[in-house]
Amino acid sequence: MSKGFTPSPATPAVITANDLRQGHCVWMRDGGWTDDPREAQLFEDEAIAELALLEAMAQGTLVVGPYLAEARRGPDGRPEPAHFREAFRRRGPSNYFHGKQADLGSSEFEANNV
Amino acid sequence: MFDARPQHNEYLRHRAQQFRSQVERRLNGSLTEDEFRPLRLMNGVYLQLHAYMLRVAIPYGTISPDQMRTLALLAEKWDKGYGHWTTRQNIQFNWPKLIDIPDMLDALAEVGLHAIQTSGNTIRNVTTDAYAGAAADEVADPRPYGELIRQWSTDHAEYQFLPRKFKIAITGSEKDRAVIAAHDIGLRLRRDDQGAIGYQVWIGGGLGRTPMLGQVVREFLPEADLLPYLEAIIAVYNLSGRRDNKYKARLKITVAERGLEVMRQEIEAEFLNRRAAFTGVDQDYLAALKGLFAAPAFREADEGDYSARRADHPAFRSWTDTNLAAHKAPGYVSVKVTFKAPGQTPGDASAEQMRLLADLAERYGHSDLRISHDQNVVLPHVHKSDLFALYQELRGAGLATANAGLISDIVACPGMDYCALATARSIPIAQEIADHFRARDLEEDIGRIDIRISGCINACGHHHLGHIGILGLDRAGVENYQITLGGDGYDIPAIGQRPGAGFPAEEVVGAIDRIIDTYLELRESPEERFIDAYRRVGVAPFKAALYAADA
Repeated sequence: MSKGFTPSPATPAVITANDLRQGHCVWMRDGGWTDDPREAQLFEDEAIAELALLEAMAQGTLVVGPYLAEARRGPDGRPEPAHFREAFRRRGPSNYFHGKQADLGSSEFEANNV
Repeated sequence: MFDARPQHNEYLRHRAQQFRSQVERRLNGSLTEDEFRPLRLMNGVYLQLHAYMLRVAIPYGTISPDQMRTLALLAEKWDKGYGHWTTRQNIQFNWPKLIDIPDMLDALAEVGLHAIQTSGNTIRNVTTDAYAGAAADEVADPRPYGELIRQWSTDHAEYQFLPRKFKIAITGSEKDRAVIAAHDIGLRLRRDDQGAIGYQVWIGGGLGRTPMLGQVVREFLPEADLLPYLEAIIAVYNLSGRRDNKYKARLKITVAERGLEVMRQEIEAEFLNRRAAFTGVDQDYLAALKGLFAAPAFREADEGDYSARRADHPAFRSWTDTNLAAHKAPGYVSVKVTFKAPGQTPGDASAEQMRLLADLAERYGHSDLRISHDQNVVLPHVHKSDLFALYQELRGAGLATANAGLISDIVACPGMDYCALATARSIPIAQEIADHFRARDLEEDIGRIDIRISGCINACGHHHLGHIGILGLDRAGVENYQITLGGDGYDIPAIGQRPGAGFPAEEVVGAIDRIIDTYLELRESPEERFIDAYRRVGVAPFKAALYAADA
C-alpha cells in the first residue's frame, strides 16, 4: 500500500515488499525484485511509480504486500530510507546481526548503523 | 511423572497437513494473499518487518522437557537459533520461511504443541499463574480449568469469527499472578463458605490503545458452571460487540459503552439458556484433567547444605533472595530463571538454553517447566537440597542472573526491531536501562519494581501495567517515548498515568534515572517499594523530577 505521499523529485520512493516464500524484504528493480536495497529503483514520477506498484501487486506469487516507501537519493546516487522504519527493514534488527546486515555482509549494514 | 501434554496429536497432525495444503495453494497462485492471510493467521503465522513470524502457544504456560526440546529444534533447524517468550505465555520464532512452516507445525504436533488460535479474532491462548500447582498460597491449580477452556474453545465454530481477539486468564490464588484484570475474561479461583471451589469472574479488561481494567461480573460462580457462563459472556459479546470499528471491537469497549449492569443481565439470561445444555460431561472431563495435573510425588528430605551454601556464596544467596517463590510442599521452592541477563534481549532463549532447561527440569524439577508472562521460565518444583547444583548449572549457561522482579527484569515487546505494527524500538531501550542501573550498582537497593516497554499503542509489552511504563511512538519520523507511572497488574490493578510529554530515545535512561533517584530520596524505608511510595506521594515529585528544566 502506498504510504500516502506522492513520489516526486523532492520525495522520491522505492517499491518494497516481502518475498512470498522466504519472507525477507525485497525491493523492485527494473520490474523484478532484488534483495539489496541499494539496488532499488528510485521513482520520482508519480504516474510511473503508481504503474510500477500495480505491476508489483500483480506479482502475488512472488511477493507479499508491496508498497511505496519514501526514500532519498544518497551521496552515491543510490536510494536511502527516509524513515527509520524503512531503515530497520533495510538493515535488520538492532539486537542481532541478522537480516539484511548479515545477508549482504557489507559494513554499511552493520548493527546500529542506521 | 507429570505430563500435561494435550492428547490430540492426531488432530494436530491433521491441522498441520491442512495448512501445508493451504501453503501449497498460496505458492501456486490458487489462493491470493487476501484469501490466504486469515488462514495463515489461524495457524499463528504473521508477516513481520523482516520475515514471517510463527507464534506457538504454550497452554497456560506449562511445557514438558520434550516439548521444550522441540522448541529448541525449531529454533535451530528453521530459525536463527533462538525463540522469544511473550507476555502471553507463547513463544515466537522471528525468521521462519513460509515454505518451512508446515514442517515446523508437524514437529510441534508430534509433541502436542501447536500454533492454533495464537492469532486471529478468536479465543487466544489461556494464561495462568506461572507458579500454578506449586504456589504456597494457591486455592487450587488453575491449569485443569485452563486445559478445559482450551479444549472447549479450540476450533469451536462459534468462536472463529468473534469481533476481535479474545483473551482469558486464570489465577489460582487470591493474589493475582495472571493479571486477570487486563483480560477480556479474568477468573480467580476461590472457595465459598462451605469450601467449594468456584470463580470470581471479571470481564472487560484489556490494554492496547484504550486500556481498561476489568470489572467483577460475578463474585462467585460455582465450579460446574464455568463453560456455560463463559459461553454466555462470549455469546453476548459476539452479538453486541462492535464490528464497525476494529479499535472498538473488544469486549472492554462493549462493557464500557453498554454498562456492566446491562451486560450482567444479558449474560445471566443467556447463562440460563446455555446451562441446561451442559449435562455434566464437561465436569467428568474436568475431573479427569485434574488427575492429569496431579502434583508430582514430592520427596521428604532435609535441606542438605542449602543454608551453608547461602552463607558461603554471596552470589548464590543473592540469587535465592530474588529468584525463588514459596512452595506448597515442605522443602521445595519454585525457581524463576530470568532471560534478562546483561546485554540480552528480554525474553529471548537460545536453543542451547532451552535444551539445558529441559535437562535441568528432568534432573531437579519433576520434569515441569513454565513460561511466565514476564518473559521468564519457571522450574516450579525444586527441592532446596538441589538448589546449589541447579544454580551452578544455570550460572554456567549465563542463566543465573539474580534479578527476578528487579529493575533489569524488564518486560519488552519485540518493538520495531521485528514487529510490523510497532512505531519505535523497545529492545535497545530495555537494554540501556538495565545496563545503566547495573553500572550504578543500584539494582538491589532499588528493590522490587516493574518496568514494561511497548513499541506501539497495541501494548504487547503491557506498559500500562508497569510501575514505570514506556511507550514507543513515532513523532514526526523520530522515535519518541512516553512514560507512564503507577501501573500495576498484580496487587492493586491500575493503569499507569502519563506525567507529561515524551522523551527522545537518547533521553529515556536519564528520565528513568530521575524517577528512580526521586524514589530513593522519598521512600520511607528500603522496604517501601517504588509502587507503594508512588501511591503514597502521588505523581507530583516524579513529574517535577522528570520535567525540572521546564519548571
